[in-house]
Amino acid sequence: MDRKLLSGNEAIARGAYEAGVKVCSAYPGTPSTEIFENLPKYKDSLYCEWAPNEKVATEVAYGASIAGVRSLCAMKHVGVNVAADPIFTAAYNGVSGGMVIISADDPSMHSSQNEQDNRYYAKAAKIAMLEPSDSQECLDFMKAAYDFSEEYDMPVMVRTTTRVAHSKSLVATGERTEHEVPAYKRDTGKYISSPANAYRHHPKVEENLRKLTEYGKTSPLNRVEMNGTKIGVVTASIAYYYAKDAFPEDASFLKLGLTNPLPMDLIRDFAAKVDKLYVIEELDGFMEDQMKAAGIDCVGKELIGNMYELNPQIVKERVFGEKSPATDVGVTAVSRPPALCPGCPHRGFFYTMSKHKDFVIAGDIGCYTLGGSAPLNALDSVVCMGGGFSVAMGMAKAFEAAGITDKKVFGVLGDSTFFHSGMTGAAEIVYNNGNLIPVVLDNSITGMTGHQDNPGTGFNLEGDIAEKLAIEDILRSYGYKNVIIVDPQDLKAMEQAIQDALNSTERAAIIARRPCLLIKRIKHDIGKCKVDTTKCIGCRRCIGVGCPAIMIENKKAKIDMTQCVGCTVCAQVCPMGAISREEK
Amino acid sequence: MTKTKSALLVGVGGQGAILTAKVLVNGLMEAGYDVKMSEVHGMSQRGGSVSTQVHWGEKVNSPVIGKGAADIIVAFEKMEAVRYADYLKPDGIAVINDYEMASSSIAAGLTQYPEGCLEAMQAHFKCHVLKAGEIAQSLGSAKCMNIVLFGSMVKALGMDDVVDWEDVIARTVPPKFKELNLNAYRAGHEAVQA
Repeated sequence: MDRKLLSGNEAIARGAYEAGVKVCSAYPGTPSTEIFENLPKYKDSLYCEWAPNEKVATEVAYGASIAGVRSLCAMKHVGVNVAADPIFTAAYNGVSGGMVIISADDPSMHSSQNEQDNRYYAKAAKIAMLEPSDSQECLDFMKAAYDFSEEYDMPVMVRTTTRVAHSKSLVATGERTEHEVPAYKRDTGKYISSPANAYRHHPKVEENLRKLTEYGKTSPLNRVEMNGTKIGVVTASIAYYYAKDAFPEDASFLKLGLTNPLPMDLIRDFAAKVDKLYVIEELDGFMEDQMKAAGIDCVGKELIGNMYELNPQIVKERVFGEKSPATDVGVTAVSRPPALCPGCPHRGFFYTMSKHKDFVIAGDIGCYTLGGSAPLNALDSVVCMGGGFSVAMGMAKAFEAAGITDKKVFGVLGDSTFFHSGMTGAAEIVYNNGNLIPVVLDNSITGMTGHQDNPGTGFNLEGDIAEKLAIEDILRSYGYKNVIIVDPQDLKAMEQAIQDALNSTERAAIIARRPCLLIKRIKHDIGKCKVDTTKCIGCRRCIGVGCPAIMIENKKAKIDMTQCVGCTVCAQVCPMGAISREEK
Repeated sequence: MTKTKSALLVGVGGQGAILTAKVLVNGLMEAGYDVKMSEVHGMSQRGGSVSTQVHWGEKVNSPVIGKGAADIIVAFEKMEAVRYADYLKPDGIAVINDYEMASSSIAAGLTQYPEGCLEAMQAHFKCHVLKAGEIAQSLGSAKCMNIVLFGSMVKALGMDDVVDWEDVIARTVPPKFKELNLNAYRAGHEAVQA
């Protein structure tokens, strides 16, 4: 059979296509983003879009399900926090067309602000959850998930982790089966979530879960691999493969694909066949706690721990005490944290902010989170998507309440984040008269996740021209009479904009606007900056801009020509005029 | 556990390790191996330390390996070789690009680039050290540095017979860079004493 090397995310997109999905909506977030980046190739058969946020994406998918078609929404783990409201109620109402919600968790926080274990969401929302272990299962489980969704009348969560989503393995693909869409009929008893309907729905939800638990006993998604009777391992997701490599060959496995509701009878039968039972799962003891509550004797978290990613060596070490043959070469590498790229438009903004010690700056999730790193150090907090404005509002109100008058408060977020959930914070500041300046760092793209379009970019996921929403028009309509638009790469203008906003008699907001240099469809003005070493006095002022292309060598500034793009931020801070831009 | 081999490609975001892994994986697939590959995307790509793992054999379970388990490390930057050295088997091989990239704290003068990265690696492992960037530059473009290192890796691991690598490269890279990358592969291959 012809097999392709696909990432888990590519396989999920393929699985959705093969399952006959027709409407797909998502907000980008690592490690889920590539699912939707891979959907436009199927656009002749399905509709796909970037929504402004995960809640909207889930509601769009759910609306499509109500209308009778199979639908998909996808998000990173923290995105499910945003989408939780419609998910929990969709679970009560049920579906018409099958609906799948992808939750892509990020153990070890490669690109996240926490490592929450979203398996609990499936349990709390009372919906089925499937956990694939590799790309083939990503594809196969997607198809199964749509069948479950329709059969058990609930949205289904497919939960991946970074290693499942971003690892590539061989996949046999199939053909698309069109899902037949029934004639639409209004069904108020089912889809209007009034208290009376919800009251009626709850027993149905419990009954469906019970049936699903029953089904779990014999489901092909749950597999027993009997090799011996001494050791048994209950496992799921990527941890299955870690355990396969770590445990001896005569260990038996109960590999679960359907992990909510847990097939407790099947687990109990398996437990009875082995002398010692282990549970190998990443993050929390989701399965283990339920097994112990059901009276099944097993060992897991006390050995494995509940933090960070596992791998075969870690499992070997923690379960069997087998030390890895790791070599200490005696030299320690210096940490290499990510940094704003050379030429990043955010640099000029954060450098300017860093010069004011009385500024308090609430940041947000995106590339600009890096504005909080040395040497810029220009952020006080970063909490969640859209939190920049509202957290700043709380701080401003706290300073007022506590009589602290020597602080100037700023809330900072990006263009995509503004549309995601920053707009409500912007409304809050006007409505409740906040004493702070909201700043939108508009680089005209969703940067950190790898350049996805958003309502402000003028393009949609399928690559077509879309209505381009103007952030300044939105802010003005909210009551920001003084919206100051500035190029953050011009440091003088940036400083002036900040002072103008602070001194404004009308309500002010700043839009620091310059497109990300990595946007391919824009022709950028690229040059190179050079240091005149006869003028350089080695004062290190240029190092303060935190550009990866500039360093100190033999007590003089030196610019790495392979990295420099000629943004001139370093040149603007040089007191000796030692850095100049050469046109290329 | 069936016998498998694993390679760890490490470097700094943007150095092209992912394309190298792609060539390796394409060849291994053609040769009939089960292959799994793992990369990390997102924030770490912004100039941070990055690693890509390729794991192959008759049947592969985990896409990732743990410490002390890699057969080869290909380091696109020499401090990155040291950072991931504990992932190498005691009898593992290191192919190291003799190239230094300062981290932000080093550039800021807050810390020093560690001395003796190459020597430390050579004292513990069988190492092949080359200036892949300079070799690539001499061939016409620094961008083919990743394929220079790939050539060295194939030679170092004795993988010449696995598949016709030149053919795989020709089909993996964009057509207009085919000659450049083939030359890069050959130069990297030659730079290593088997």
